[in-house]
Amino acid sequence: MPIFAAEVANTFEMNSWFFDNAWLIPALMAASFVVTLFFGKRLGAKAHVIGVGAVAASFVLALLTAYSWISQVEGYDGGAENAVVATELAAGDEFAAEDVTSHNVEGGGAATPAPVVTSVCWFDTGDAPNNNCDDRGAAKAVGIGTLIDGQSVMMLVVVTFISLLVHVFSTDYVSGDRRYTHYFAFLSLFTASMLFMVLASSTLQLIVGWELVGVCSFVLIGHWWEEKPNSDAAMKAFLTNRVGDIGLLIGVSILFVTAGNTFDIQTINNAALTGVISQNSLLVASLALMAAVMSKSGQFILHTWLPDAMAGPTPVSALIHAATMVVAGIYMIGRLYPVFWEGLSIAGSNLNAMALIGGITTVGGGLLAFVQRDIKKVLAYSTVSQLGYMVMALGVGAWTAAMFHLFTHAIFKACLFLGAGSVSHSVHSFDMKNDMGGLRKYMPKTFITFMIATGALIGLPPLAGFWSKDEILAGAGVWSGTGGNGTYYIPFIFGLITAGLTAAYMTRTIWLVFFGQYRGNGTPHESGPRITIPLSILAGLAVVVGFLNVPEELPLIGSRFGLKFQNWFEPGGGTVFPVIAHAKPSFSLAIVATGIGLISIFTVWTYYQRLYAKDSRATEVTGGIRDRSALARAGHTVLVEKYYLDHLYTGVIAGSTKGWLARSAYWVNQNIIDNVINYTGKGAAATGRFLYRYIDQGAIDGTVNGTGLTALSVGGILRRMQSGKVRQYATLMFGAATVLAAIFIIAV
Amino acid sequence: MFLNQFLLFAALLFCIGVYGVLTRKNGVLILMSIELILNAVNINLVAFGAFNGTIAGQVFALFVIAVAAAEVGVGLAIVLLIYRNRRSIDVSEADLLQG
Amino acid sequence: MTDFLNNNGISLMVFLPLVGVALMMAIPEKQEELHKLIALVTSLATAAVGAALLVKFNYDNSSALQFAIDKSWIDVVNARYSVALDGISLPLVALTLLITPLVIIYSWDHIPEPGNAKAFLILMLVLHTGMLGTFVAQDLVLFFVFFEVVLLPMYFMIGVWGGPDRLYAAIKFFLFTLFGSALMLVSFLALYWVTGSQTFDMQRLAELVANTEISSRTQWLIFGGMFMGFGIKVPMFPFHTWLPDAHTQAPTQGSVILAAVLLKLGTYGFVRIAIPILPEAAVDWAPIIGGLAVIGIIYGALGCLAQTDMKRLIAFSSVAHMGYVMLGIATLTTFGIQAAIFGMVAHGLITGMLFFVAGSVKERYHTLEIKRLGGMLTQAPKLGWILAFTSMASLGLPGLAGFWGEFPVILASYSPAPGLSDGLFRFYMVVAALGTVLAAAYLLWLLQRTAFGTPSEEFADDPNITDVNTFEWIAWAPILALILILGFLPGLLFDVMNDPVSAMADAVAALGK
Repeated sequence: MPIFAAEVANTFEMNSWFFDNAWLIPALMAASFVVTLFFGKRLGAKAHVIGVGAVAASFVLALLTAYSWISQVEGYDGGAENAVVATELAAGDEFAAEDVTSHNVEGGGAATPAPVVTSVCWFDTGDAPNNNCDDRGAAKAVGIGTLIDGQSVMMLVVVTFISLLVHVFSTDYVSGDRRYTHYFAFLSLFTASMLFMVLASSTLQLIVGWELVGVCSFVLIGHWWEEKPNSDAAMKAFLTNRVGDIGLLIGVSILFVTAGNTFDIQTINNAALTGVISQNSLLVASLALMAAVMSKSGQFILHTWLPDAMAGPTPVSALIHAATMVVAGIYMIGRLYPVFWEGLSIAGSNLNAMALIGGITTVGGGLLAFVQRDIKKVLAYSTVSQLGYMVMALGVGAWTAAMFHLFTHAIFKACLFLGAGSVSHSVHSFDMKNDMGGLRKYMPKTFITFMIATGALIGLPPLAGFWSKDEILAGAGVWSGTGGNGTYYIPFIFGLITAGLTAAYMTRTIWLVFFGQYRGNGTPHESGPRITIPLSILAGLAVVVGFLNVPEELPLIGSRFGLKFQNWFEPGGGTVFPVIAHAKPSFSLAIVATGIGLISIFTVWTYYQRLYAKDSRATEVTGGIRDRSALARAGHTVLVEKYYLDHLYTGVIAGSTKGWLARSAYWVNQNIIDNVINYTGKGAAATGRFLYRYIDQGAIDGTVNGTGLTALSVGGILRRMQSGKVRQYATLMFGAATVLAAIFIIAV
Repeated sequence: MFLNQFLLFAALLFCIGVYGVLTRKNGVLILMSIELILNAVNINLVAFGAFNGTIAGQVFALFVIAVAAAEVGVGLAIVLLIYRNRRSIDVSEADLLQG
Repeated sequence: MTDFLNNNGISLMVFLPLVGVALMMAIPEKQEELHKLIALVTSLATAAVGAALLVKFNYDNSSALQFAIDKSWIDVVNARYSVALDGISLPLVALTLLITPLVIIYSWDHIPEPGNAKAFLILMLVLHTGMLGTFVAQDLVLFFVFFEVVLLPMYFMIGVWGGPDRLYAAIKFFLFTLFGSALMLVSFLALYWVTGSQTFDMQRLAELVANTEISSRTQWLIFGGMFMGFGIKVPMFPFHTWLPDAHTQAPTQGSVILAAVLLKLGTYGFVRIAIPILPEAAVDWAPIIGGLAVIGIIYGALGCLAQTDMKRLIAFSSVAHMGYVMLGIATLTTFGIQAAIFGMVAHGLITGMLFFVAGSVKERYHTLEIKRLGGMLTQAPKLGWILAFTSMASLGLPGLAGFWGEFPVILASYSPAPGLSDGLFRFYMVVAALGTVLAAAYLLWLLQRTAFGTPSEEFADDPNITDVNTFEWIAWAPILALILILGFLPGLLFDVMNDPVSAMADAVAALGK
C-alpha cells in the first residue's frame, strides 16, 4: 500500500484474490514463451497450442480480474462497510442497477476505489527509500509489483483479448511458415512484456516492459529477415524508439529524484499533485516523457517507423502496431497523468505541447493515408492519426475519453488489420490498385466485418468510434455547453478536420478494395474460420462497446448504462489522480462531427462512382477536367458539370487534399523527416570514420607510437658506439677519465 | 723538487703508454704499452713511498709487477688465440663484441 | 571446516592455481589432454573453494571484511600479506571464478596457433592467481604485486598466440599499462609517506587520510597518479588505444579474459582504493572523470560505427561500456557506484560472450570482416541467435544484465553526490543517454550485416560452417544463463554491495555538505 493511502478518507478498499495475484497473467505468457522456444520444435505444426492455451488462460484471468474490479466498484454505495459484501450483492449482474451517479461526481466527496498495489522487494540500493516494498523491513529497496486500478484492469482485458484473437488468426495466417514456433514464441513474449508493462507499479518496471515490447516488435517486424527491407524496417523501428527512449530514461530519472528517490508510480503521482515536485521539474520531465511517447506511439515527427513496420506479418501489425504496443505511450501518459497535468498546466489553458503534437499528428497522419497504394500503409497512417487523437485528448484533459478511444480503437483497428490480412491472404498482395477491387463478392464475411470496423473508425453512430471520438471533441471544451478543462480551439479544429479526413480515406480504401472489378490474378476466396471468426467477434464488439460510455443524458439507455466506462476505470481524483472536469456531451456537436464525416464519405463515394461508371477497372482519373480549355464550350461545360461543384468537391477539395497536399506532406515525410534520420545516421558514421582515421589512429596513436620511435632512434645512435673495437672503448674510457679528472681538478 | 722529477717522468711514461694503446694495431705492442702504463704507476708508487718514508709504496709496486706478469701471461695467451683463429693479431679486426 | 575456511580460505583460493601450475611444469608438453585436464580440475577446485567462501559469506554484514588473513610480509616497509572479501570484491571474485574454468573448457578444442597447450594453460592459471589476488588484496603493495602479476601472462598470451600484428599489440599493451602502474606506485608511496604512519593497509590509510591534515593539492596529485594507473587499465578515453589492438590481436581466450576481468582491475581500483582513501580528491576529480567517461561513451560508439572488423567493433564497444562504468563511479552516489560495479560484472559476461562468439565465427569463416559475413541465422542458427541475444544484452535491454549497468548510471547522474555540479552532470546524463541510441545503432547494424540476410556466395556451401558444438555450449551456457538471471534478479548483486557502497558514498556525501 502506498504510504499516503491511509491518510485519505474518501477511498475504499478493493480486495480480491485476482488483484493480489495479477502477476500470474504475464508470468503465464512468459512461461509460454520459454516452453514454446525450447519445446515448440517438437510439436511441429502444432507449436501454437502452448501459446494459444496460455493466452486463453490469461484472458480468463484478466476477465475475472476485471469482473472483480467492476463488481466491487458497482457494489460500493458509499455506506458499505465491507466491499466484499458489496461484491456478493452485485455479483449477479454486471450491469446491476446501482445508483452509479452517487460517486465520482467531480468536486464531490464521494469515495473512489483505492488502487491495489502488491509488491515485493526487487533489489537494495541506499539511494532509494520509500519504494513500496515492505517485506524487508527498514532496508532501502526498490520494489517490483503489480498496480491494479481501473486503467490497468481495462488494459489487461484489451491486451489479452486482442492477443488471443491474433493467436487464433495466426494459426491459419502463418501456417507453414519456416519459423512457425519462433513466431508464436515471440508473440507470447510480446504479450508477456506488454502485460508486465501494464501491471507495472513502478516507473522502473514501466521502462523494462516498454523496452521489452520494443524488442519483440523488432523481432517480429523482422520476422522474414532474409529480405533486407524487412530487417531495415525492424532496425528503423528499434532505433527510432531508442531515440524516444532517451526521453523516457531522462524523464524517469527526473521523477525519481524529485519525488524523493522513488520509482513508485503512486508516490510520484501524489508528489506531483501535492507540489512536492516543482513545476519546473514537472515541465521538463513531462516534455522528456513526451519524446518517448512520440516514438512509441507514432507521433509526429517520430512516427515514420510505424508505416515501415508493416513489413512484419499482418497479425503482428494488428496486435503490436495497432492495438497494443503503440498505445503504450498513451498508457504511460495515463499512468503518470498528474505529472503531465501539472507539468503542462492542462487545466484552464488553451494549448499545450501534448495537445499540439497530438493535433498535428492526427491531421498529418490522416492526410498521408490518402496517397497509399498499400492497404496496410493506409491503416498504419490511420493508426498514426488515431493515436494522435488520443494524445490530443489527453492533452486537453479528457483522460477518460482518451482511454475510451484507446479501448474502442484497439477493437476496430485490430478488426481492420486482420481484415486486411484476410484480404491479402486471399490475393497474396497488399497493393490495392493492382491486385484488389470488387472483393465484396468473393469475400463477403471479410467485407461485412471490414465495413463495420470502418464505420466504427469513421465514427458513424452508433458504432464504437462515434462515442469515443465525440467525447474527445467535447473534451476540448470549445463547443458551447461542453465545459471541459480549458478552451482548446486548435486541437478542436484539428479534431474536426480529422473526422472528415478519416471518413474520406477510408471510403477510398473501401472502394479500391471491395468495389469495382477485381484487378488481380486468380480467383480470390473467402478465408477459413480461424480467420473469419476473430473478425466477426471484433466486428460484433465494434458495434456494441461504444455503449459502455454513452452519456447519461441519452434517452432510454443513458440512465441505465451511461458512463459505465468512466465509473469503472477512471481513478478517483485527489491523491494519485488530478481532479479533472468531465465535459458534457453536446448533441449539436455530435451532429456536426457526424455531418462532416458523412459529407466526406459522400464526396469520395461520388468520385469513385463516377470513375467506375466509366471504367470499372479504373483506380484514378485519367485525362479529366484539365484537358478542357476552350472558352466557347465553357458555359456549356459549366452546366454539364453542374457549375463545377462536383469538381470543386471531388477535383479541387478532395483532389487537392488527396493530391498535392497529401503528396507534399508525404514528400516532406519521406524526404525531409526521413532523410534527417538517414543523414544523421550517415553523418554519425562519417564522423566516426573521420575520428577513427585521423584522430584515433593519427593523433592519439601517433603520440604513443612517436614515443616509441624516439626511443628507437636514440637507441640507433647509441648503438654505433658499440663497435666491438677494444681500442675505441679504451679511447672513450680515457677520454672520459680525462674529462672527469678535469672536472675534479676544477671543482676541488 | 725531488718528487717532481719522478712524477713528471712517470707522467711521460704513462702518456707514451696510453699513446701506444690507442694507436697500435698489433696486439703484442698494445700489451707492451700497457706494461709501460703499469710501470709509470710503479714509479709513482715507489717515489711516494720514498717521499713518505714508508715501504708501503714498494710493497704495492711488487704486487703490481706480479699482477702485470700474470696479466701479460693471460694477454699473450689471448693474442695467441686470436692469431690462431684469424691468422692476424690486428686488434681492429677483432670486433665480435659489436652491438 | 568453517575455521579452516575463515583462516585459510582466501589464500587457498588465490594460490590453488599455482599448485596446478607446479604440477603441469613436471609433465612433458606432449600430454596435451592431461594438461587440459589438470588445468580444468585446478580451476574447478579453485571455483569450489571460492563457492564455499561465497556460501559462508555473511551477507547481512557485507560491508565488513570477511575471511580476513593478515600476516607480516615485507617488514622493512610494513607491507603485510592482508587479504579479505567484502561486498564490493565478492561480485568480481565470483566473476573471475566463473570465467576462467569456462575459458579453459573452451580451450579444449580451441588451442590457438602455434599450439603448446602446456604453456598456454600455465599462463592462464598464473593469470587466474593474479586476478583473484588483486580482488582480495587489502594492502597496497600486495595489490600492486598482483596487479603486475597479471600483466606478464597476458603479454605472452597476446605476443605468442595472437594474430599477425601480435608483437605490436602486446608491446603496446605492456608499455601502456606499465606506464600507468609506475605512476600508481608513486601515488602509493606518496600515501605511505604523507600520512606519516608508514603503512600500506587500505583501511587504515583511509582513516589516516581523514584524520591528517594533507593539503588538497597533495591529495589531488596522489589521486592523479592513481587515476593514470587505473584509468589506463579501464581504459578511459585518451588512454584507450591499446585496447582495440590488444583485443583484435589476442587469441579468443585472451580477449575474453581481457574483457571479462582485466579491464575491471582498473575500475575496481577506483572503487576499492582511490575513492575510499581520498574522498576529497575524488570529488575534485569527479567532473574530469565524468567528462572523459561520456566522451568515451560517444567516442567508442562512433568508433564502432566505423569498424569493418567484427572483433575490433566489439573491442571498441568496450570503450563505450566502460564509459558508463566510469560515469557511475564519477557520480559518487550509492546507486551510481552500485550500477558501476554491476556494469563491470555485466560487461564482463556480455562482452566476454561476444568475444567467444567472434572467436567461433573466425574459426568457421576464417574472417571477421563484417561485409563478407551474413546470413549466419540461416547457416548456424544457434550461433546467430546467441549473437543476437548477446547484442541485445550489450545494448542495455532491460531484463538482461546490461541494463542495470546503464540506466542507474544515467539516473544517478541527474543528482550526483553533494559537492558536484548538478548542471554539469545533467549534461553528462543527456550525452550518456544519447550513447544508448548509438549503442543500439552499432550493435543492430552488426547484427543485421552478420546474422540477417542470406549467406554470401563465398560461404553458402561451406561445410566448415557448423552450428554451436558441445564444448562451446558447456562454456557458454552458464554465461548466457547468468546474463538473463542477473537481468531479472539484479538484487543478487545489488543487495550484496549495497552496504559497503552506501558507506563509501555516505563518506563522500559527508564531505560535500
